[in-house]
Amino acid sequence: MITRLYCSLDNVVPRVCIVGSGPAGFYAAMHLCKKIENVHIDILEKLPVPFGLVRYGVAPDHPEVKNVINQFTKVANKPNVNFYGNIALGKDVGLLQLRQNYDAVLLTYGAEEDKTLGIENEEAYNIVAARNFVGWYNGHPRDKDLKIDLSGTTAAILGQGNVALDVARILLTPIDILRKTDITEHALAALADSKVKELYLVGRRGPLQVAFTIKELREQLNLPNCKTVWREQDFEGVSSVVSNLGRPRKRLTELMLKALSESSKINIMPGDKCFKPLFFRSPNKFLTDNMNHVTGIELTCNRLEGDNLEHQKCIATDEKEVLDCSLVFRSIGYTSVKVDKDIIFDTNGFVTNDKGRVIEDNVSSLAKLYVAGWLGTGPAGVILHTMSNAFLVAKTICEDLKNCKNLSSKGGFEEVRKFLSKSNQNHIIVDWNGWKKIDNYEVELGKKYGKPREKICSISKMLEIASS
Amino acid sequence: MFRHLKTRVVTQTLRLIQSFIPKDRQIHVTLGLKHGEFEWQDPKSEEEVVNITYIDKDGNKTKVRGKVGDNVLYLAHRYGIEMEGACEASLACTTCHVYVRQEFLDKLPPSEEKEDDLLDMAPFLKENSRLGCQIVLTKELEGLELQLPKATRNFYVDGHKPAPH
Repeated sequence: MITRLYCSLDNVVPRVCIVGSGPAGFYAAMHLCKKIENVHIDILEKLPVPFGLVRYGVAPDHPEVKNVINQFTKVANKPNVNFYGNIALGKDVGLLQLRQNYDAVLLTYGAEEDKTLGIENEEAYNIVAARNFVGWYNGHPRDKDLKIDLSGTTAAILGQGNVALDVARILLTPIDILRKTDITEHALAALADSKVKELYLVGRRGPLQVAFTIKELREQLNLPNCKTVWREQDFEGVSSVVSNLGRPRKRLTELMLKALSESSKINIMPGDKCFKPLFFRSPNKFLTDNMNHVTGIELTCNRLEGDNLEHQKCIATDEKEVLDCSLVFRSIGYTSVKVDKDIIFDTNGFVTNDKGRVIEDNVSSLAKLYVAGWLGTGPAGVILHTMSNAFLVAKTICEDLKNCKNLSSKGGFEEVRKFLSKSNQNHIIVDWNGWKKIDNYEVELGKKYGKPREKICSISKMLEIASS
Repeated sequence: MFRHLKTRVVTQTLRLIQSFIPKDRQIHVTLGLKHGEFEWQDPKSEEEVVNITYIDKDGNKTKVRGKVGDNVLYLAHRYGIEMEGACEASLACTTCHVYVRQEFLDKLPPSEEKEDDLLDMAPFLKENSRLGCQIVLTKELEGLELQLPKATRNFYVDGHKPAPH
C-alpha cells in the first residue's frame, strides 16, 4: 500500500511553485525539502530581494530576529530550490499559468496593505499608515519617498499592537542607538531632525485587551530619555482581576501596573520624550487646517461590555474629546491584496482554506492551490505562528502529492520564463546569485556608515547590481 | 569536561559584559562557541554522558546520548528532532518551545525574564514550558524528558475566526 502511494512520486519530479519569499514561503519550502526528496521548488518573489517581512517588517533594532535568514539561505542554496525575484503574480505571470505548469502552487504573499478606519478626513496630510512608516525606515522600495512631517511636537498612534510599539520605539529611541542598526539613511536623517516629544498610543479598549506583547512593552518602558505616562483612571479595577488572568496576560498587566505605580514618582526632565498610552478611545474623525494638514483627532469615549475580560467589546458613549496632534499613525492591522483575479477571498479578507488547501470548485486538470502564512490565517501572530502554519500546509501538500495518481511531467519555471520573455524581452529575473550580489553590495555600503547593512531602496538599482 | 568549563566561562564573561550595558538597551552578543558544532562531538568519556529523551508531537520517543554542556536545541538538530531555532538561540523567538517533565524543571536554572517574556507568546504555554535553546545539559539532568508542543494545530485553519474587537 505504502509503495503504491509513493510510486507516482518515484517516476516524476513533483514541481511546487511558492509565491512569496517571506517566512511562510521559506518555512514551507524547508518542510517540503525534508519530506519529499526529489521535489523541485521554485520560489517566486515580486521584489528583486527575498525574505519579505523579515527584511521589511522586523524592526532594525531587533537584528537577532533576523537570524532566521540563515536558515532560509540554507534552503535557497539546495540544488532543488530556486529563487526567482522580480516576478509579480497577477502582473508578470497569471495564476492560471502557474497552475498549468506546476503540480502544486502555494500562495504565501502575505498581507501588504494596511487597514483603514473609514472616517472623515482620513486622507489628510500627515496621517500615515504604520505599514508605510515601517516600510520607510526599513527601506521598502514602495515607501522610500514617504511624505512625513516630523516637525510637530505631538503625535498619536492609533492602535495598540506590536507594530504600533515598533513605530513608537523608532520615533522615541535616541538617534545614536538607531545609527548602529540597518535603518535606512533617509529615515535616520529625518528622525535626527524630529521634534516629536509627546507620543500618544490610542486604543479602543482597556489595558486588559491590548494586543502588544510584554517583550515590546518592556523595551518601550526601558528606553533611555523617555518616560511612559499612564493615566490612573484607565486602570480602575484592573488590579483586582489580575490574579484571574492567564499567564501571558497576567504578566503583561502586572508590568503595566508596576509601571503605573512608578510613573507617579518619576520626574520628567527637560529633553525627555513622553510616551502616553490612552485607553477607551476610538477615532471619530480627523481635524484639519485649511491646508488639509491634520491638527487633531476627535475621539469617542468607550466603555466595555462582556463577561470575558480579555474579549470584552467596546461600546461607544456620547462623550467626545479632542486630541491635538500634527502627526497620526494608523496601526490597526494589515490586509491582503487580491493580486490575481482567480484568487478567492472570504469575508475576513483571507483566502478561504482548509489546512492550507484553497477551497474552490474542483478543477482537476490544474495544479492544486494552497495558501500559507498571513494570506491564509489573517495578519496576526509572531514568526512561530507563521512557521507552524507553513509546516502544516507543507504537510498537506506532501500528502496530496503522494496521493496524486496521475502526476505528469510539468514544464515548471522554463515555461514561465518563456512566457515572461515573450511579453517583455527585457524582463530581468533575479536569481539567488543576483540576490547575493545585492546582499554583498548592501553590506559593503553599510560599512561606510558603520552599520550592518545599508539597504538599496530603488528597484532599478537592485536590478542593476543583480545583473552586473 | 574542559569544553564544558570553557562554555561556562564564556557564558559568565558574557553576562559580565552584559551587566555593564544598560539594562534598557541590551545588545545581543552571540556566543561564539554555541553554534552547534560542539553538540556534534561524541562524549569523550562515560562520565560526560547525559542520556535524555525527546518526545515529538505525536508521542514518539527518541533517546539521545548527550553530554555535559550540550545545548538541547543543537543536540536536537544533530539527531533530526524537529525543534526549530529560528533566532539561533539569541532569545528572540519561541520556535524551540518545549515542555520539561516537572521533576527536571527544578533542576534547571530558573528562566530569565527575557525567556519568560518570549514564552508568553508561545501557543500551548504550560507551567512546565521552557525554551530549548536555554537548556544546557548537566549530570543532574540524566534522564531528562523533553516534549515538543502540538504546535502544528492552527487556530485559524481549524475554522477559528479571530474575535472582533
